[in-house]
Amino acid sequence: MSGNAAIITFEKVTKRYGSDALALDAVSLSVARGEFLAVVGTSGSGKTTLLQLINRLSEASEGVLRIGSDDIRALEPVALRRRMGYVFQEVGLFPHMTVAENITITPKLLGWPPERMTARAEELLGLVRLDIGYRDRFPSQLSGGERQRVGVARALAAHPDVVLMDEPFAALDPLTREALGEDYRRLHDTLGLTTVMITHDVLEALTLADRIAVLQAGRLIAVGSSEELLAHPDGYVGELMSTPRRHAKRLAGLLPPQGA
Amino acid sequence: MSNAQVAEALTRLPDYLGSHVLVSVTALLLGLAVSLPLAIASLRRPGLRALLLGAAGVVQTVPGLALLALFYPVLLGLAGLCARAFGFSFPALGFLPAVLALALYSMLPVLRNTITGILGIDPAVRTAAAGVGMTPAQSLRMVELPLALPVIMAGIRTASVWVIGTATLSTPIGQTSLGNYIFAGLQTQNWVFVLFGCVAAAVLALAVDQLLGLIERGFAIRSHNRVVAGVLGLALIVAGALGPVLAQGSRGYVIGAKPFAEQYILAGLIRDRLRAASLSARERDGLGSAVIFEALEQGDVDVYVDYTGTIWANRMHRTDTHPRAETLHDVGAWLKTRNILMLGGLGFENAYALAMNSARARQLGIHTLSDLAPHAGELSIAGDFEFFSRPEWKAIRDAYGLAFRRQRQMQAEFMYPAAASGEVDVIAAYTSDGRIAKYSLQVLDDPKHAVPPYDAILLVSPKRANDAKLQDALRPLIGAISVQSMREANRRTAEGVTPAEAAAWLNERIAR
Repeated sequence: MSGNAAIITFEKVTKRYGSDALALDAVSLSVARGEFLAVVGTSGSGKTTLLQLINRLSEASEGVLRIGSDDIRALEPVALRRRMGYVFQEVGLFPHMTVAENITITPKLLGWPPERMTARAEELLGLVRLDIGYRDRFPSQLSGGERQRVGVARALAAHPDVVLMDEPFAALDPLTREALGEDYRRLHDTLGLTTVMITHDVLEALTLADRIAVLQAGRLIAVGSSEELLAHPDGYVGELMSTPRRHAKRLAGLLPPQGA
Repeated sequence: MSNAQVAEALTRLPDYLGSHVLVSVTALLLGLAVSLPLAIASLRRPGLRALLLGAAGVVQTVPGLALLALFYPVLLGLAGLCARAFGFSFPALGFLPAVLALALYSMLPVLRNTITGILGIDPAVRTAAAGVGMTPAQSLRMVELPLALPVIMAGIRTASVWVIGTATLSTPIGQTSLGNYIFAGLQTQNWVFVLFGCVAAAVLALAVDQLLGLIERGFAIRSHNRVVAGVLGLALIVAGALGPVLAQGSRGYVIGAKPFAEQYILAGLIRDRLRAASLSARERDGLGSAVIFEALEQGDVDVYVDYTGTIWANRMHRTDTHPRAETLHDVGAWLKTRNILMLGGLGFENAYALAMNSARARQLGIHTLSDLAPHAGELSIAGDFEFFSRPEWKAIRDAYGLAFRRQRQMQAEFMYPAAASGEVDVIAAYTSDGRIAKYSLQVLDDPKHAVPPYDAILLVSPKRANDAKLQDALRPLIGAISVQSMREANRRTAEGVTPAEAAAWLNERIAR
């Protein structure tokens, strides 16, 4: 899943804030076209920095980052961001814009004609399974799950190849999170997207992603498929990957015996 | 409260309100045009931000009247420099200094609220704006400014209330405003005028504030109708207020008046005379002594009454003293070199003079300052706050060798009754003051002509120097007003008669 098909390539990328605070430490990683990569790690492990380097919301201190075959430093940041979708955690929607205006913000910046934007907003509402009546509502009138569906729709609006997601479902209740995760994975497949998703929920990463990258204190300590990482012998990765299993065991202990 | 006072207040409303709205709106627009870009430019420059807020804060601590007054010398200097460097000048009085001072005054709330409003936005929103592909300018225009709008609008509303309130103080620097009611009212003890001015300014400020609030709310809830209604309301106020001022334009004669009762009466008298000759005229009153003379030279004022002594000392910078007729002649000749026409003296003087209780004067046998000198050692004298530092006092004192037992300063309002009751023996009065008649005081003659004469003179602007119709209408006033008539007219206004009524009384008396 690398080599020629790679759409995002990190080559020993380091990011420092100030003189000494090291957010990313010589990370090398590539994401193939069409791949769904989950990035897991504790808070402060550098996940958000890694994501923001990809659309130049943040700049690498050392190393090279490529989009396709281009060095990212040669790409105009604003144009680059308009080519990629970005789903933010919680507060990503603009509170003074309606659902439709939020969804079509990037197309608007790209200068689409109004009728094309209207049609696109309606199409996307359908795609993220929201009623068309939501079009003229404001974010404050939506539930958390509905807001994040709008967030996904906005990220997809300008037909991006790459979608970056920063803990998109973290603030949602478990049922909504599961439904939304599955809906998104379906969109990822049907639209042929490349997705990089940050999450601190290992189970979410295991069930949705093709591959999982594990960050610890700015260093990339493991990358692999669910099977590969679950088979990881020990250390931090093993402990992290075993959390769903431990939860399951604890859960089994709570269930009545005949349920097994 | 008399109906005549209310009626007179109402007839002046279009002029005062229109000018007030014009100066306030211009100042606010200028203030916004400067503050908003500065606030935005300072968002990413903490040093500039601190400097701006500090400077605007300092401006705010300067009292409004002082700030307005300070612009006069500054602009005068600039106008002089400009005239020398580029060969043209601009007026240092009236509209320009008022607008500049008020615009400065409006800056603090706009700067502070714009900066606070934008910096207070959740940084995640700004990241989101960049993330969807906005340039910094787009982020500012499409996200940050709209989200900060309620806070920014609150600042604009505060600024508009301040500016409309403070604009009342632009009257003394030559800008007509609702303050003309207040300044004229305080001078003539016309409380109807004072109240009228305050209430009109307050109503205007409240109306503008509410309409801006309506616009703000309209933006917040995206009610097109509210925004339109608010904007229409503001436009209506501006158009309604400016209409009469603009329509009036240069039509008709402008009569100037300094801010005291006698001047208001004489302006009213001139207006009545012009109207009787079917000439339209309006008054610009409350102008300071320096302001009014320049306004006449520039042609902003067509006619007003000044005093020979004022021109002699303040304009011609003369310190010697000559008899009345000679001074009148010299002043007239000097004015002619400035292309100003002195139509002539009205017949009375408004000079400094020493006065005392008439019974007491009779008892002591005092008629003149020479008679006073031998008694001065047993008597006390009172003057207003500037009298004892004026050249007139030194001239009198030295010419007659006056040495009083005691010297006191008090406000004019208290000085006259104090002389009547015997609390002080001698006061420095104005010869045409109505209170001389009211308290039956004796004005002491000045046989040595130590005090420069202050003959009331009618001046016509260079622009109207060849205007026969104007001059024919006013010529009957020359030499027609005795000091007794003027005192009586002044006394009437001190007792609640409006200047317009007193002017009508004086006019009738002249006609007889």
